[in-house]
This record gives sequence, C-alpha cells and structure tokens, in this order.
Amino acid sequence: MNKHHRVPSNRTLSSVEVKSKFGAEFRRFSLDRSKPGRFDEFYGLLQHVHRIPNVDLLVGYADVHGDLLPINNNDNYHKAISVASPLLRLFLQRKEEADYSAFGTDSLTRPKKTVLAAVLLRPDANRKKPPVIISLPRDFRPVSSIIDVDILPETHRRVRLYKHGQEKPLGFYIRDGSSVRVTPQGLEKVPGIFISRMVPGGLAESTGLLAVNDEVLEVNGIEVQGKSLDQVTDMMIANSHNLIVTVKPANQRNNIIRSSGGGGGAASGSSGRSSDSGASFYGYFTPGAAIVTTPAHIIQNFHPEELESDEDDEDLVIEADGEALPIPRAASASCSMPSLPRYEPHLNLRSTANGDLASSTGSLSTVSTPDRGLEGRSLEEDGTLITL
Amino acid sequence: MKRFRRHGQESQRERIKQELYGFNKTVEHGFPHQPSALGFSPGLQLLAIGTRSGAIKLYGGPGVEFMGLHDENAAVTQVHFLPHQVELVTLLDDNSLHMWTLRAHHGVSELLEIGRFTLTGPPGAPPSVTRVTAVLAHSSGDLLLLGTEGGHVFIVKVPGFRELEERNISLEKVTNSVPEEYGGRRSLEHVESLQENPVNPRQVLIGYGRGLMVIWDLDSQSAVKHIPATQQLESVWWTEDGGHVLSSHSDGSYCRWKVAGDDPQSEQEKSEVPYGHFPCKAISKIIQLPTEQGPPFLFLSGGMPRASYGDRHCISVIHSKTHVALDFTSRIIDFFVIRDGPDHTGEPSALVVLVEEELVVIDLQTEGWPVIQTPYLVPLHCSAITCSHHVSAIPLKLWERVLSAGTLQNTHYSKKPWPMTGGQNLAPDPPQRDLLLTGHEDGTVRFWDASGVCLYPMYKLSTAGVFLTDSDPNDNLNQGTEGEWPPFRKVGCFDPYSDDPRLGIQKIHLCKYSGYLTVAGTAGQILVLELNDEAAEQTVEATVADLLQGQEGFRWKGHTRLEVREEPVTFPPGFQPFALVQCQPPAVVTALTLHSEWKLVTFGTSHGFGLYDYQQKNNVLVRCTLNPSDQLAMEGPLSRVKSIKKSLRQSFRRIRRSRVSLRKHHVNNAAKLQQANARLEAELAEMELAPVQRKIEPRSPDDSFTGLVRTLYFADTFLSDSSHNTPSLWAGTNGGSVFAYQLRLPPVERRGEDPVTAHPAKEIQLMHRAPVVGILVLDGHGSPLPEPLEVAHDLARSPDMQGSHSLLVISEEQFKVFTLPKVSSKMKLKLTAIDGSRVRRVGVAWFGSTRTDDYGESGLTVLTNQGDLHVVSLPGVKLQVQYPCIRREDVSGIASCVFTKHGQGFYLISPSEFERFSLSARCVVEPRSLVEVSSETPSTTQPRALPDGASVEPVLQEIQKSLEVDQTVLCRDSFVCVCYRTFLENGTSALAGGNVLSN
Repeated sequence: MNKHHRVPSNRTLSSVEVKSKFGAEFRRFSLDRSKPGRFDEFYGLLQHVHRIPNVDLLVGYADVHGDLLPINNNDNYHKAISVASPLLRLFLQRKEEADYSAFGTDSLTRPKKTVLAAVLLRPDANRKKPPVIISLPRDFRPVSSIIDVDILPETHRRVRLYKHGQEKPLGFYIRDGSSVRVTPQGLEKVPGIFISRMVPGGLAESTGLLAVNDEVLEVNGIEVQGKSLDQVTDMMIANSHNLIVTVKPANQRNNIIRSSGGGGGAASGSSGRSSDSGASFYGYFTPGAAIVTTPAHIIQNFHPEELESDEDDEDLVIEADGEALPIPRAASASCSMPSLPRYEPHLNLRSTANGDLASSTGSLSTVSTPDRGLEGRSLEEDGTLITL
Repeated sequence: MKRFRRHGQESQRERIKQELYGFNKTVEHGFPHQPSALGFSPGLQLLAIGTRSGAIKLYGGPGVEFMGLHDENAAVTQVHFLPHQVELVTLLDDNSLHMWTLRAHHGVSELLEIGRFTLTGPPGAPPSVTRVTAVLAHSSGDLLLLGTEGGHVFIVKVPGFRELEERNISLEKVTNSVPEEYGGRRSLEHVESLQENPVNPRQVLIGYGRGLMVIWDLDSQSAVKHIPATQQLESVWWTEDGGHVLSSHSDGSYCRWKVAGDDPQSEQEKSEVPYGHFPCKAISKIIQLPTEQGPPFLFLSGGMPRASYGDRHCISVIHSKTHVALDFTSRIIDFFVIRDGPDHTGEPSALVVLVEEELVVIDLQTEGWPVIQTPYLVPLHCSAITCSHHVSAIPLKLWERVLSAGTLQNTHYSKKPWPMTGGQNLAPDPPQRDLLLTGHEDGTVRFWDASGVCLYPMYKLSTAGVFLTDSDPNDNLNQGTEGEWPPFRKVGCFDPYSDDPRLGIQKIHLCKYSGYLTVAGTAGQILVLELNDEAAEQTVEATVADLLQGQEGFRWKGHTRLEVREEPVTFPPGFQPFALVQCQPPAVVTALTLHSEWKLVTFGTSHGFGLYDYQQKNNVLVRCTLNPSDQLAMEGPLSRVKSIKKSLRQSFRRIRRSRVSLRKHHVNNAAKLQQANARLEAELAEMELAPVQRKIEPRSPDDSFTGLVRTLYFADTFLSDSSHNTPSLWAGTNGGSVFAYQLRLPPVERRGEDPVTAHPAKEIQLMHRAPVVGILVLDGHGSPLPEPLEVAHDLARSPDMQGSHSLLVISEEQFKVFTLPKVSSKMKLKLTAIDGSRVRRVGVAWFGSTRTDDYGESGLTVLTNQGDLHVVSLPGVKLQVQYPCIRREDVSGIASCVFTKHGQGFYLISPSEFERFSLSARCVVEPRSLVEVSSETPSTTQPRALPDGASVEPVLQEIQKSLEVDQTVLCRDSFVCVCYRTFLENGTSALAGGNVLSN
C-alpha cells in the first residue's frame, strides 16, 4: 500500500508540491491534493521531515498575495492546500522564537482539536512581543463562553466560566425565588434559584453573560429543580473550577436568534459558524487591556468528554524532599490514554494558578511530549499520504 | 450479546445489593423528649408514655417496647388502658381521642391505631361543652366516660366510639339532683375527675373543678350521693374498699370522706394540710393503697409550702411513721404504684414516677426505699451529650471487667428485679456485645450496653477528678439533716448543670483488645486511661503540647487551660487515667486516635496536631497547621450571637409555614394549586423582607479554620517505597490538606528507652479544598486495614501486603482513591458536584449477606448534610444505595450520628433519645415482643357486681377473646421460628413493621 504512494507523481495536478523552510534548511515533498489529511498529521509530518520531533512549531504559508498566513487547524490547512498552485511554501518557526508580527491575519482557533493551540494558549507566550500591537487570539485565555447554543431553547443560555488561573473572584450570589411553569393544570409558580447579586469586578460580572435575576436552571448539566439553595450553592462551589450554569436570562432581548446567519449583537450567530465572526470581533486588542477589560467569548459546542478531562483536577503532592508535583493521572484500566492527541486546556491554565509551586514549563513539556510522540507513531502507521 | 450479558450482571448486582443493604429505623433508645402523659395497665404490666409531639410509647419487661405516632402533631394529654384488654385510648391536645391496640401479627405484637373520635356537641354549643378534661375507662371494658370543660359527662361505647346519648350525664341533671346551695348559684366548673367505685362498677364519682363531687349511678341515671367539698378540686381517689373518697385540693389540703351508708350527703372525716401553716401549693394527685397488715400507703404529689419550697418537684410517700418527700430534679408529669399479687391488688411494691426528664422507680418493699435501676428509658442526657463512640464486638473479658466496675458504682440501687414484666421479649439474643460510649458536658463518659433493644447503663467514668474545678468535692447530696421538714430526699440523676464547661468530652477512642481508652475535651485535654480492677491512688502528670510552634501574631481569646491536681488522686476501680496531654492553646480537640499496639495517641485541634507516646510519656511530634492569615482560629470559640438570632428567626418562619401547610388536607387539585401559589407568594413576600443569599466562591487557602484537624489515622502501609511497609500517621484538615508522617518505632525490647520518631513523608493538597473528613488505607485486596491488635487476637485476617495499597481520602465533597506509595489519583466519586450534598459523617462497615453466611462486603457508610444515608462500595467507590434518614434541618441530629462496624448507627432525635437505624440487611436489632391479655377472667378474684343490661355481653366476649389468645400462645413458638426463617430468606421483605425503601 505504501509502495504505491511512494511513486513520485509530482507533475500531476492532483498533488501539491510543498517547500518547507525551517531556519536555513529546506525540505521538499508532495501531498495528495484530494486527500490532504488532517492538520495534526501534517504537523507530525513536518516535524518528521525536518527531523525536529520535539520542537514546537508555528507553521505559516505564503498565500497568493504573498501574505504570510498561519496554519494551525484543519480549516486553514485545507485552505492552504487548496490555494497552492502548485507550490505551497511553508515557513516554520520555533514557537518560542516566533515573530508574530509577520503574520497578516489569523483566525480564532478551535482549540480543543489541536495540540498546537493547546500549546499556544499559554498566556506567557507573549514574552517576546513587539511593542505595539495586534495580538493573536492565542494570547487570550477564555474566561467564559456560551455553549450548546444549538441544543438549548432560545430562551436559555448555558454559560461556562473558567475560574482557572484567575485572580478575580467568581463573584455572584444566588437566592431563592419563584418562577412560573406551564403545567397541565395551568400556570404554576414553582420555587427556583436566582442570581441575586454580582460582585463588582468579579468574573461573573465581567463576562456580561450573567445578570441579576437570571434564573439558574442547571449546574454542570444537573438540574437544580427541587434542590435547596444550600445544595445549589454547594454544587456550584464544588464545580467552581469549571462552572457551567444554564440560566434563563431575566433580560430576554439579547437572545441568540438562531435563524439569522450572524447577528451583530452581543453574542452572535449560530454555533457552527460563529467562531469566525467572534474572532474577527474580538481579535484585535492590546493584550493586557484585553484580558482585564474585554474577555474573549468563544462560542463552541459543549462536549461532555471535555468536562471529564477538566474534572481530572490536579491535587498537589509534596514529597518529603519538598518538590511539588501535580498528581498525574494513574493509568488505570478503566481510563486508557486516548490514542488521539486531545486538548487539555486545564494543564496550562492551571500552571499559572500554581505558578509559584510547579514549574509550568516542566509540567507542560512532560505532558505534551508523549502526546507528540504518540501522534507521530500513529502517523507512521497509517501514513498513506506521505510521499517523499 | 454483550449488552445482554451486561444486563444480567447488573441485575445480579441489584440482587446482591438487596441481600446486603436494607434501611430500617429500629429502636428509639433513651428517654422520650417532653413526655406529657403516663398510663399503666396492671393487667398487661405495661406502661405507656405520651409526648408533646404526639408519640405514644409502650414499655413492658426489658426488651418489650412499642412505639406509635399520632398523625396530628398535638401533645398527648392522657393515656388510659381499657381494663383487661390490649386496647388503650389517648386524648390529644386537639381534643381528639384515639384508640390503639396491640395486634399480634406473625407472632409479634404491633401497636396500631384502630380508631379516632372527636366529641361533637349539640349544634351551636360553645367548644368548651365538648372539650374533654377527664377520661374514665370503665371496668366493663366497653364504656368510656368523658368529662368536659362544660361540666357534662359523655358516655361513649368502645371500641368504635359510639355515643350513647341517652346515657349522657348533663350538668343540668346533676344540678337538679343536688341541694340548691351547691348546684344552682354558681357554675360547678369543668369535670376534674371521674372515678369508678372499686366495688360497684355501676357507681362513678364525678368531681367538679369547684369542689363538688357527685356519685352517680349509671343504671338509674341519678345522683346517689354528693360530697360537698368547697376548695378547688385537684384529684380524687376512691379507696379500695369503696368506703372512702380522698380528695386533694389546690390549697395543699386533702380530705377524706365517708361514702358508705345511705346518707345522700357524705361527711368529712378528716381534712389535713400536710405541709401546713403557711400557704401551700396544690396537691395535684393523691393515691392511697392498703397493706395487708398495718397502715396504708399514702402518695401525694405537690403540696409544698409555696414560699420556701414552691419550686421543688416532690412526691410525698407516707407509710406509718415514715414520711419522705421525694425531691425530683424536673417537673412531675404523673405517677402510679405497682402492686404485688396475681391480680395486682396486693402490697404496693414500687412507685413509678414520670418526671419531665426521666423515669424513677422506687422500691417500696426494701428498707430505705431505694431506687430501682431502669433497664430502658435511661436518661442519656443527665448531662448533655457532647459526643459518642461505638465499639462493636467487645471481647468477653473486657466486657466483664467493665461490668464489674459498673456494679461497684451501683451499690445504692435496689437489688429487686425490674417490676414491669409485661409482654414477652422474642428478639433473638444479640449476636455480639456492643458498647456505646457517650461523652458528656460534665466530663463523664458513660458506657452503655448497646447489643440489644435495651440501652442499658454499664459504667460511668468521670474525668473531673483529675482537674481542679470550682466545685467543692465535699458538696455532695447528703444535705438531709435529722428533723428537717419537709423530709426531702433527692432522687433521680438528671443534672443539666455543668460545673465547668471545659470538662466536656469531645472525642473518645477505646481499644477493645487492650482496654486502653483515650478521651479528649473542650479545653484541649487528652487523657489516656487503662482499665484497672483495683482502686489506685496516683498522680497524673501533664505534658503540654505547644501546637503553635512559634507561629507569631496570634492571640488566644478563648478559655484557659484546666488546672491539674498536683496531689495524688484516688481513682475507683475501672478506667484510671495515667497520662495527660494539654494542648496549647487549649482549643477543643477535634480529632483523636489511639494505637494500642504502638502505644501512641494522636490528637488534633484547630491549630495543629500532635503525636504522644504514652509509654514514654512524651510528645513525639507536634505540627502546626495554621494558615497565617487565619485570624478566627486563634481567637477561640466563635461568637454565635448573630447566627442564633438568625436561625431563631428562620425557625419561627418555618413553624409558621408548616402551620399554614397543615391546614386543610382535602382540597381538589385546582384549589390546591391556587393555594400553593398563594403560599409561595406569601413566602416570597417574606423573603423579600429578608432575602437569603449565598455567595458562590471557590474555597481559598485564606478561608477560616483551614488548619482545623478533622481526621487522624494510623496505618501500617507503603508510604515511601513499595517494598517496605512502615507505620505511618495521616492527618486531614479542614482546608483539604493531608499530611503523612513516617513513624519509626524502636524494637519491642527497647520500646521503653529508644525514642519513637516521626518524619514528614508527604503532603497532599486537594484541589477542591473541601474539608477532609476521613482517611483510609486499603490493602492489596482492596479491604480496609484491620484495627490495631485485631490481627494479633486472630479476629481479622492479616492485611494483604503483597498487592499495592491504596489511599482513600474522603472529603466533604469527594471520595478519592490514590495509589501508594506514589500518590496518584486512581478513582473518585464526586458527591457534591452531582447532587449538592456534603459528607457529614462517614464510617467503615462490613455488610453480611442475608442469603449466605460467608458472603459479605466492606463499604463506607455515609451521612450527608441533607440527612441522607449512602453506602459507598470499597474499593471501587461507587454509590450503592441511598436512603433519606434525618430531616436536613435537624443539624444536631446529623452531627450526632455514629456508625457501627456492622452497618448500624445511632443519632439523637432529641437531647435525650438515640434513634437506632440499620443499613445492613443482615444485622438488624429491633424489638420483637408479644403482649397478651392474661387468661384469667377478672371477675373470679374480686367480688364485682356485674352491671345488668348491656354490660354482660362484653365480659363474655372478653372471655372468648382470652381463650383465643390461649390458642395463639400454644402455636406461637413454632410460628415465630418460621417467620424468622422467612425473614432471613427473603431479605428485608418479610421484616415485620419495617419500611423497606428502594432507591
């Protein structure tokens, strides 16, 4: 099978010539245009051909206008392949040496699918920042998001608050109250839980997604109906590192209107396409100010398994010699390592939380390296598209 | 295919769960809270107690107990057994009458409510006309006479509560038949007392509040005689020969009236004010009983001189020249006298007094009238309970030693057996000996035999003797001097006043194999005691443990340390202290564990924890856990003024709410909805006045009391490398930290000289920072490590040291399993994130299967702040079953819960009562008893003129009934056996009286 694909067929239109530059070295190879594969496979291939398996890379390509554009997800990878005519010129940079100003534009990442994005989301990545400038979305950390827009009723809103790495208080209060439900006997008032107060400057307030008198319907996917105020309080606190509350906003005017393609309101568009518009809307701020004043809203689907990974919270163990280590997850039978690289946002987010205790780069590299290696292996095993 | 198999496994697991777990509330131990009525059946030898909350409890011989609860939340004001039957009638505060019976079912009697009745007067009559004030259960057994506030007497046929209107005795009939000067002018007031003539059941005496008494003939429906007393009437007693009537009055006097003879007006023979001269309080009850030879016994309650002794609660017993005023520590509810003889008509043998906080029984046939120790209804709360500790399966030797130490303490009790003998206890003998230890506010520890249905006091340990307290040791109860009047004698042991709150016991740990006990108290004191069969004089040396370890900037604002007696103290046989540790600052001890094999005690407070070697009597380790920013921990006990105010307000609100919701049960759906909406609106309006808010904020390391030590644990496990197991000490704090220390113990032969050392090995900070409430090490098989010395005594399989151990950390929010020696997370169960409840109490228990003797599983028994009980499997930490148990508002009930090692538990349902529950399907301790009417017909021994007419029939029925009962007696034994076997086979389903709940 491999044999067949090793036969060079550079001249045909079905293949894309790739010229990849890393430092002073060039590599040339070709790809099947009709079957470009996934970005992560491509990324592994680049590392392979440059023989730099453990180097974190920023991948850029020159588009038809000569602009340097990044490749960091499947979408812009496919775009790059499709516009290559026929030569695709790639420029690789060590991530830590990356010159971001060279990039003309970028789009918001869909981080959970990409290893690179996970790495790039590191908040301290802007160390070598040029003085001015438009920063990339990866310089931001998500602090909140609206999720599951496609499956929730329009009157409800599911908000995820990322507490990790925040010095800000979560910052809201809840109270008992009553709401009206439709029942077979007619309208009935039922007890409910409501947001009663926002702490000024708190995370909840700064997101703008929660407001006083919003009714709380669910906490991390569990209905609060029939639970006491104290129970709901305890549930929220227990989930505070990654709190997902489903609310029925008191103000229903800012609801997402599903029929229109991309509204210009507070939260725009339907879930599938809106990431781009969100990116273009929020992408250009000076980094420091942006983090404090205007949070990035990433609109994405809510994946339960992602929640699971977040649950794997990292207790801290100090051994007798005083070295602090976050507890790795033990490889137990019930929970095998995923064969695909997966986004583990909590890792780098947490590293800032415990920055004083755990060396963030240390924990990062230990976690990401095996992932990379694994990925490389899987690429070699079913690397049907590699043509050298 | 795969799915099918899985389904099969699941259903099999469900079946195993049913064989292992079953929830039952089984017995209430202790004394009923707020008793309000007492009843006694001489025939059944049962006593009944009604309470303010509407509970009715029946007690016979030890182990014979029944309990019922009225649906109405109203106080029980009177309890009357129907003569010669198993029925009883209760009168409630809301003027309703209830009929209860003891029905035999599967060979075991059950207390059932079989009827209820409220007197209805003529239309338009004021409610006082039918407000019942006096009840007489007529000796014919089928009539109930009800005297009311309006002065009428209604006659009701029972069972069935059929009003016999034509036989009612209206006030008009009575006033017409007595001379003008007594009847006409003023109202006779309410019916205070109804008494039946002991020798002539046709005659009843009606005593009116104003003083007049009328003897009424039920057949001729006319007054036979009247007794012209003029003082406000309190109670009436008809002497046994029927010749005299005694009346007691509100001015502290009692009178004797001669009623024999034909004169329509009785004459006063005697009038006396026993504690006279100065104004006296009312004599609320009077009883006179004859003795075979010699003068009768006279019992009076109350009557004390108002000014000097008006606050005493006294019953005076007068017999011949002996006159004693029994002085109780709480209000007298009621009393009765048990009499000897086959028909219970002989000599008075015991006086049974129900006071508000205890039941006191006085032996009247032994010189000095000593108190008989009660086998049940023990006043658990004679000093407030501050903590409890349960030890299962006590070795016989320790049991006997504790018992004998206890016997030496109880020499002042009467030797006579418990006089109440009703019913038969059919419960099987308890499979093992269990001890429940309660710590009290006055520094005592009480040992209770908790093996069976009766919680029996075994031994009492006092720790106050070690310390110098304000109380004078010579201030004992021998105040009674010769010639004092009234001749008081203190009885009862209820004593809610603590000399020094610092003495309060907070934590207890007993090693059942070695007999070592450690107790810790409110002022940071930790005593180590050992069991000694001889009295011994010794000095207890104190070691101070400075838990602050040089932490600066804190000032202790709480109480001071207890002062230790320097001179040797004589300790009676029993547990004698030999070592004392005092924490500095003297904060309340929050965790305590003893390891008798290593001879180490570890203790913790809100400031840190320490490890004490009680063989060498020195501190091995002191560790401060304080967070420097935690000010509250330093300042001592919190001021709770604000929160009490708030909680009071809330509880009032709750009461109001519950009253609203109680009214009107039967409304149709729409109206119900409307009503609910209205109620909610009302609540909302209330809430807008004072909105209750909760802040949503993750815990931070700066929170208060993060350093408070919640749990301490000793384990022999693989702490630092996987090839060598070492002794270790584990501590968990309120802030979600776990500290592990490796201990080095010298070899046994050098244990006395070489020091024990402790080295810090690990610290775990749980990310969710919830308080750590339990730590447990599981061996290679996933079973909890055995207790110290358990293996040495061949009572447990030695732990598996081959496989890898794991560490289970139980926080209020999660159960988390880590690997050892390298601590990495293996499994977890998140409780709070799922249902918002938090772990309050946790224990390790072994659940045996009801199907086979040899199958069982270890599990965690968990009580949450919602009052729910869970069983969590080990080592898989999966939720198995969940049962609601305690109301979530009942914070003290939840806090008092203690689990046993076999899946049972206790919690306080009132300051004086433990509810016992069982989560195990196999291990259930519950009363199983049978009560029958004695087969003798009542009319054979006592000459009783049978009332003609309707009353003959019920007597015949009664004879027939008693014959039927005889038959059940014959076949009962085999029946019970069968029943018990089916119970074993079917798991919980056949459990009589048990409510089996599934998920």
